[in-house]
Amino acid sequence: MELEKISYDNKIVKAFIIVTVIFGIVGMTVGLLAAIQLFYPLWNFDLQYTTFGRIRPLHTNAVIFAFVGNAMFAGVYYSMQRLLKTRMFSDMLSWVHFWGWQLIILAAAITLPLGLTTSKEYAELEWPIDIAIALIWVVFGWNMIGTILKRRERHMYVAIWFYIATFITVAVLHIVNSFEIPVTLFKSYSWYAGVQDALVQWWYGHNAVAFFLTTPFLGLMYYFLPKAADRPVYSYRLSIVHFWSLIFIYIWAGPHHLLYTALPDWAQSLGVVFSIMLIAPSWGGMLNGLLTLRGAWDRVREDPVLKFMVVAVTAYGMATLEGPLLSLKNVNAIAHFTDWIIAHVHVGGLGWNGFLIFGIFYWMVPKMWGTKLYSTKLANVHFWIGTLGIMFYALPMYIAGVVQSLMWKEFTPDGFITYQNFLETTTQILPMYMLRAVGGTLYLTGVFIMTYNLIKTAYAGKFVANEEAEVAPMTRTAASGGWHHALEGKPVLFTALALVAILIGGIIELVPTFLIKSNVPTIASVKPYTPLELHGRDIYIREGCVGCHSQMVRPFRSEVQRYDPVNGEYSKAGEFVYDHPFLWGSKRTGPDLHRTGGKYADSWHYRHMLAPGDVSNGSIMPAYPWLYEQMIDKEETPGKISALRTVGVPYAEGYEETANDDLDKQAARISENLQMEGYEIAPEAEIVALIAYLQRLGIDIQSEKVAGVPN
Amino acid sequence: MYKDILKNIDNIAIWPTISFVIFFLFFLGLLWWVFTADKVYLSNMSDKPFEDGVKKDTEPDLK
Repeated sequence: MELEKISYDNKIVKAFIIVTVIFGIVGMTVGLLAAIQLFYPLWNFDLQYTTFGRIRPLHTNAVIFAFVGNAMFAGVYYSMQRLLKTRMFSDMLSWVHFWGWQLIILAAAITLPLGLTTSKEYAELEWPIDIAIALIWVVFGWNMIGTILKRRERHMYVAIWFYIATFITVAVLHIVNSFEIPVTLFKSYSWYAGVQDALVQWWYGHNAVAFFLTTPFLGLMYYFLPKAADRPVYSYRLSIVHFWSLIFIYIWAGPHHLLYTALPDWAQSLGVVFSIMLIAPSWGGMLNGLLTLRGAWDRVREDPVLKFMVVAVTAYGMATLEGPLLSLKNVNAIAHFTDWIIAHVHVGGLGWNGFLIFGIFYWMVPKMWGTKLYSTKLANVHFWIGTLGIMFYALPMYIAGVVQSLMWKEFTPDGFITYQNFLETTTQILPMYMLRAVGGTLYLTGVFIMTYNLIKTAYAGKFVANEEAEVAPMTRTAASGGWHHALEGKPVLFTALALVAILIGGIIELVPTFLIKSNVPTIASVKPYTPLELHGRDIYIREGCVGCHSQMVRPFRSEVQRYDPVNGEYSKAGEFVYDHPFLWGSKRTGPDLHRTGGKYADSWHYRHMLAPGDVSNGSIMPAYPWLYEQMIDKEETPGKISALRTVGVPYAEGYEETANDDLDKQAARISENLQMEGYEIAPEAEIVALIAYLQRLGIDIQSEKVAGVPN
Repeated sequence: MYKDILKNIDNIAIWPTISFVIFFLFFLGLLWWVFTADKVYLSNMSDKPFEDGVKKDTEPDLK
């Protein structure tokens, strides 16, 4: 058979590698800043653009979408061409994808510090950027499917299946979770409210971890680990089972992020069961990776590429065992809202994603520049300093999480909460926060060492922009291998089946919660927010308050007694029906705020937001001086009202015309209140709106009887 | 709005059931196939990463 001469496009891979390294350094540096802010609040700089609430989403978005995302594309573009024995479908689409993605990152880097955010975790970007993400993602998928269709290799290796699943699932997740109604060019409200919004968000959030941080990297593992070890994967059979069971089971597990919340019990249980089931495919995949090195363990001692990969795959195994354990309700009762979760995600992020990326880069860069790695010694230094960094990051966070949680739950012999002041439980763990910053610094230092090493490697070699290869054209007849074998030759059918697999779990969990009324019992006294409170809520969203404060009192004695000692009410599903978006939060660095309405005087909030440390001695909360100078934009009020009415909030027709009158009255009341206590403030100042919102939180239920089934 | 769309699909409750049955059967079939699959085929598939048509001698060793 005559061989065709083709070339693989390394240029696009090189571009993605460069931006990965740059954004890795940027994203981790921002993370380090956020870590320092938590024990040294001065580093918030009293500047609105650099406060923790805005910096944290910048860090998460940068490392997930810019660092890990670009690395994924580098690995996919490299391996896909070689596995399918063809150049990418279109070089132009590759570059549109590349530049489009970088522009999205740039837009995120500008808008997040400006406070333009939806507040939904890992989906913070506002609607115009959401549309851009969808378009660029389609370009990536188009290029990928095009490449698959013009392949010279009839059967798609398992890595390709993981890439296909990544493309279609992320598309579905992103579109469903980003349903929002625009108010202005950079402001929108989630289409869903309260419990439903929470369910959709964590169906998205959990599966973003699954299909952005896991499946593409499993595909990369199945390609690069055998290449680096120079031996085929341990069991191809296992990889087939791994793929189908993983993509089917993963999609169901989202509700484990909402245990003990107002989410219906059946949905919580479903999330737990499927999380436990996930151990099987995850560990199957981990063992398949590790056993690939059978007979090559001596090389692991010397080859930094294999070292990074072994720790990455081990971290994957650890994180995917820990995840299901955290989803058990009794473990979750302790771990949720604490730093334990931060430890968990960083074992995954730093260990699995980070180390796999480093291993792949140390392998790919010398090959693409036709040379040897500049310094194996430096790579080994990177390996050890990185490993130590992970340890110093994760261990203090585990301790911090458990200590704080136990302090929250401790009672005196008389039956009172031991640590009445939430702040005591935070200041107790500040030394752990400091150690965590040490861990982060070590890890980041390792990345700098790698950057130096890779640059020196590139300079020592000559870049092979187009790697020549000789391949046979695809034969039309398939070798006999059974029906799944045939399926691997039919990418469109394969994609459709994978889509069905991921849709089932989503449909079964989401649709009943939307359609069956008893899932969200209504509470007659819960009313929509007033116009001023709406402005206040939008400021709460803008400042990222949700990053440190939950709005979900769980049905535990310790929480009810702490947050609502008078009425003893935990948070009910019916209280959130007008919350577009929901603001339950996922971490309590400060106390829960769902029952904060009426607890303190307006003047307390006034002084607290201006200088938290003066009101609560030792507080690590940033100050918000700009809220006292900036005025709310009343012209936006009608737009906010009509947008919310569109998504189902029962404001009367035409209310937008008179809404500002109500706003003025409420603002004047609060400002007069403050004046009586000696604080002069314009009624239009943002702080007045924020106080109005905080004073509203959780008070509707106090005068209330629950209609329908209590949750 | 999305609620109205969902409500207007006839017998929407049957869809998850059907899809679950399809997938469950697919999975059983998959397991059966995986354990009876031809060994030569499996070993061919697992060799795919090494068949990119690039001449070996152009690939420098790391060490």
